[in-house]
Amino acid sequence: MFDTARVVDLGQDDSASPILHVDMDAFFASVELADHPGLRGRPLIVGGQERGVVLAATYEARAFGIRSGMPMAMARVRCPSAVVLPPRQDVYRRVSARVMAILGDITPVMQQLSVDEAFLDVSGARRRLGAPREIGAMIRTRIRDELGLAASVGIAPTMFVSKIASTRAKPDGMLVVPADSAVAFLHQLDVSALWGVGESTRAKLAETGIHTIADLAHTPPATLRARLGVASAARLHDLAWGRDPRRVTPTRTERSISAEHTFAVDTSDQAELARAMLGQAHTVARRLREAGLLTRGVAIKVRMSDFTTLTRSRRLDAPSDLAREIYRAAVALLAGVTIQRGGVRLIGVRADDLAPAASTAVQSLLGEDDTQQRALESVLDDVVRRFPGSATIAASLLTSPEERPDVRARERAGEV
Amino acid sequence: MKFTVERDVLAEAVTWTARSLPSRPSIPVLAGVRLEATSTGTLALSSFDYEVSAVSEITAEVTEPGTVLVSGRLLAEISRSLPSRPVEIVVEGTRAVLTCGSSRFTLLTMPLEDYPALPALPPASGTIDAHAFAEAVSQVTIAASRDETLPLLTGVRLEIEGDTLTLLATDRYRLAMREVAWNPATPGLSATALVRARTLSEVAKSLTSAGALSISLPSGSGSEIVGFEAGGRRTTSLLVDGDYPPVRRLFPESTTSHAVVATQSLVEAARRVALVAERNTPIRLEFSEGQVVLEAGQGEDAQASEAIESTFDGETITTAYNPGYLLDALGAVGKEFTRISFTHGTKPSVITGQTAVDSTEDSGFRYLIQPIRFAG
Repeated sequence: MFDTARVVDLGQDDSASPILHVDMDAFFASVELADHPGLRGRPLIVGGQERGVVLAATYEARAFGIRSGMPMAMARVRCPSAVVLPPRQDVYRRVSARVMAILGDITPVMQQLSVDEAFLDVSGARRRLGAPREIGAMIRTRIRDELGLAASVGIAPTMFVSKIASTRAKPDGMLVVPADSAVAFLHQLDVSALWGVGESTRAKLAETGIHTIADLAHTPPATLRARLGVASAARLHDLAWGRDPRRVTPTRTERSISAEHTFAVDTSDQAELARAMLGQAHTVARRLREAGLLTRGVAIKVRMSDFTTLTRSRRLDAPSDLAREIYRAAVALLAGVTIQRGGVRLIGVRADDLAPAASTAVQSLLGEDDTQQRALESVLDDVVRRFPGSATIAASLLTSPEERPDVRARERAGEV
Repeated sequence: MKFTVERDVLAEAVTWTARSLPSRPSIPVLAGVRLEATSTGTLALSSFDYEVSAVSEITAEVTEPGTVLVSGRLLAEISRSLPSRPVEIVVEGTRAVLTCGSSRFTLLTMPLEDYPALPALPPASGTIDAHAFAEAVSQVTIAASRDETLPLLTGVRLEIEGDTLTLLATDRYRLAMREVAWNPATPGLSATALVRARTLSEVAKSLTSAGALSISLPSGSGSEIVGFEAGGRRTTSLLVDGDYPPVRRLFPESTTSHAVVATQSLVEAARRVALVAERNTPIRLEFSEGQVVLEAGQGEDAQASEAIESTFDGETITTAYNPGYLLDALGAVGKEFTRISFTHGTKPSVITGQTAVDSTEDSGFRYLIQPIRFAG
């Protein structure tokens, strides 16, 4: 009964569907099952023991007609054999944080809606991680492997269609809505699938003979306005045609992207420290570019052998996503740090104060055209994507002559 | 020591001399103004903070020559508030007594032996009309950096080649350059100096009372100061250290298209449109035949646009500037019409002035401005 929507063949073209809605299946109940494997297969309800309501129910329990929000007494009547567990909000919050951390690894362009669902815009993560479908599969695999939980994923051109898609994908499924099928996909659905259509709106629409989203889409706007008012009419009409102007807006404004390295042996060698920071600057810059972000500030973290830890930060002249700029700032910051006798145990570079590249104005320097640098660093991105684990090949990162391609080339040519 | 001086003359001289005194000096005597009365009837007021020195000479009725050091800030405030009567200053032991009409002040003196010797003014390199110099300085200092972590760029570069004095300043985002004629002391003189923009600006503004200003540039003989003298006032400043980058070459050798706009209309339109440009956001300009459209704001923010008349020869070009940088340039052009020359919408544009819409450009003042771009 849950699989009906999944048989709709919408095609697999995800090229214009970068929005993912990730929704945990029966989240609280699934967390309890992961902790109590012995209960698997039995109907399980999480909720207030006596007079409370159902907070979550496994699909086994839902088969008895049990739904979230239902009074517990009614649930017990419908399924006397169900196991009822009291909610453990602390545990759910901790697991939720791990889910969101997995999603945050995919892209910082993530908007958490609640404890168990989030939107992701993976436009910027494609180069690194592949097509949205592949990213969706990767998310589901990681959540299953690392947390033992099932997540359903909807993939669509817009936020609200992706949310509908994830609902249709449940349980433990994934549904891709290609951009050119989005309207057809919507039109087959009941109007109640639209955001903002509750029982009363639905009743009003039904009186006018509007039952499906297709009906709504083909109703003259004037008729809708008379029924629903100007604002709702316009919004629902737009949604019915798949138009949703909202963007995935990262919920946390204070974000940063960082990279750290703990040395095998504590070091006070400036060249080695700088080399570590160069690699980190490339990592941070690559992640900024993938996320479509610019940084306006750079910070470094230096942990000495005795674990005293210093951080130093400075603002960049202009927002940037280039390793060259981040490295310049990091090196300047390191120059102001007195390295203790025991040396440095850990060093890290962090991009602070991030802003979306698409809407951030950059006042570049006179005569300093960074097009070339940008092109160069994008090539490095490609290399890292195609050969995961390969070094970002700034020449000074190659420590021994054998590692340096120029030296190797000369060796091959018999010059060395 | 005893002398009498006109109140207005004293107030003006003390105010000018004490203008750059530090409020928290590294050593206390540097907060002082040194007064030296000579038997030839002059009073020399001087100040020095090891970077900038100032000496002002005025006429005084000297009864008893002598030298004294008193708080500059206090003497300036007192002399400005005195009634318009002759001022008498007498030194009695460790105190200086100032009398003006029925007002009487007693000031503590500071130990002269601790006061550093002022640097000697180097020989004059040439002279220039003081007003022309003040205008030139005001045109370039707008582009100097205010970021003290980049000391080199807080300076204005002075370059002399024969009878041309060139002033240059840049904060790396825009570059202002002014060429002005001057009279070198020796023909074919070639010299350069880098002077803090703030100091130069104060000096230029305060030395316009006399017609001609004499400038002393370091001649390469180890002197590290620049000097200015006009109308009984002379001031020196340490040079800013470092090699100024070869910024002249940033100006494009040639441009492919240009627009000519009435300066005042562009200023007014840019000011209006910039009202919606929040901090760090640009004002966009689209030049096409007969007009330029100014726009600011985007997305869900407030937006503004305005079209004004403009000549334009070339393919439609869209560019975007920091509105403050654009308005700085337009304020400095000093001509009825402004010419903006382009090579490409994302490459620096050159702003110059001209007297009429169809006249040739006046390249005496040139301003290079780097457009703002969007990375995404």
